Amino acid sequence: MLKAKGRVWKFGDNIDTDLITPGKYMDLPIDELKRHVLEAVNPEFAAKVKPGDVIVAGRNFGCGSSRETAPQAIKALGVGAIVAESFARIFFRNAVAIGLPVISCPNVAEAFDNGDEAEVDIEKAEVRNLTKNVTLKATPLSEDIKKVILKGGIVPLLKELAEEQGGKAQ
Amino acid sequence: MGMTMAEKVLARASGREEVTPGEYVTASIDCAMVHEGLAAVYVTLLGAGISSVWDPDRIVAVLDHAVPAPNERYANIHKLVREAVKKLGIKNYYGERAGICHQVMVERGHVAPGMLIVGTDSHSTTYGALGAAGTGIGFTEMAYVFATGKLWFRVPETIRFELEGELPYRVSAKDVILYLIGKYSSEAAQYKAVEFAGSVAEELSIDGRMTISNMAMEMGAKFAFFEPDGKTVKYLEGVVEGGEALKADGDAEYEEVYRENLSGLEPQVAAPFTVDNVYPVSKFEGKRVDQGVIGSCTNGRIEDLRVAAEILDGREVHPDVRLLVIPASWKIYREALEEGILTTLIEAGAIICNPGCGPCFGAHMGLLASGETCIASINRNFRGRMGSYDAEVYLASPATVAASCVEGKIADPRRY
Repeated sequence: MLKAKGRVWKFGDNIDTDLITPGKYMDLPIDELKRHVLEAVNPEFAAKVKPGDVIVAGRNFGCGSSRETAPQAIKALGVGAIVAESFARIFFRNAVAIGLPVISCPNVAEAFDNGDEAEVDIEKAEVRNLTKNVTLKATPLSEDIKKVILKGGIVPLLKELAEEQGGKAQ
Repeated sequence: MGMTMAEKVLARASGREEVTPGEYVTASIDCAMVHEGLAAVYVTLLGAGISSVWDPDRIVAVLDHAVPAPNERYANIHKLVREAVKKLGIKNYYGERAGICHQVMVERGHVAPGMLIVGTDSHSTTYGALGAAGTGIGFTEMAYVFATGKLWFRVPETIRFELEGELPYRVSAKDVILYLIGKYSSEAAQYKAVEFAGSVAEELSIDGRMTISNMAMEMGAKFAFFEPDGKTVKYLEGVVEGGEALKADGDAEYEEVYRENLSGLEPQVAAPFTVDNVYPVSKFEGKRVDQGVIGSCTNGRIEDLRVAAEILDGREVHPDVRLLVIPASWKIYREALEEGILTTLIEAGAIICNPGCGPCFGAHMGLLASGETCIASINRNFRGRMGSYDAEVYLASPATVAASCVEGKIADPRRY
């Protein structure tokens, strides 16, 4: 899905992957782990977020550890897209690799309040605040990255590879 | 036009004459490192129907994040890792008795100058200390690497830090990198490569360079290079063969060149909860601490243990403080034993833990209770990183941690 529409959950700058999926819960299965996502910052988030909702954040979202549980747990909660002023490199790659729509968008943090309605269009690189009736231009993703997200991540690509090569990829 | 070190490695690995920042390349991976993350990589591969890997010789697997297993779930993860190693035929497997993955990679000869290395750990930038392009990825991308031996990269711009002057007494590599992160921010090198040069870089030992390349990740760096020199060659003698004399061209183009004279640098401390919240130690002197940690892939090397022993020799850890010392590898553990460092530390009241990640990422042992304060030679001070959300971690050099543990409060190591 390259579009998301839902309630905005707003977070600040430097949201690190320890905050998203804390080390102390890292060995839990994803369906248990997801209940702790960002609990130190907003204890209500994991319980109340609905499928399609949008995370809006400041700079350097997903910094720190390379743990893929971070985007994985956010995706498991049903979040439709993450829009941030900027993303940390590994988090961004990991999100793409599992088909979670992520897009950076200058000034997005000041354009949204917690609880606003947002519509995110990855294809057009547009982020709309439906509550405030404002449209922001996001930084377009490359065609290859969009293709991977649309496919649902890298695993479907691996499956194709496995079929082509009878289980022996080379 | 000349090329930076990052451009040279990516050009070579993608079979190009040259590459320029901003373009995307598909590169062949020279070595893939996995820790406990191998369990997730394995499950992903099996789920996709892939049962063999591109080159079992080029994969290195280490258990380090939670060894020995602290609970049944980790025991099961370790069991799955061992199964994956057997089924995939991974040749280079180091179990519980090796150490932290990045240290093991270097010690056991899996890192040579000019290599392109990916690891399921953000601090894979450490290999840049030896002139290798190391970077962290997640387990899904690692599954793709296992299957194909390849991965896409955006060719990064490069920032060059020219570190001049001479480091003062008890001021070390950790203080340098904390200072740089504090000054230039945790995003200064986002999506970018960095090169460290200048007289301070040349004077640093390989241990010190590893500390800096390791923590360059905390400013967002994708790769963090030191140019291989005589010290690199000597360090790798008998450990690994080959490797190219990787060097940036004189006319390479940098996005920024920052020059710093470090002769007046004070010991640095990063206060909670971001790594770029850095000030000279004097700002926090006198703050009471409950725990000290000397270890991790950032600062658990022999030099780090040596300076801790120098400071703690004939002194005692403050009765209200627990000091955990965790050698980064079993090789270092043994060296510290033979040098008498462990005896000095034990007599001072330190707790020596087995090599591994220890409390650094908050899932093993030595965690913090609500309201507690820790001073640690590790790499991150994020909220909840080492236990309670209401605990605080201050980052500092091993010398500053040792001095602070003597006094029971954050202290300037230059007094010792």
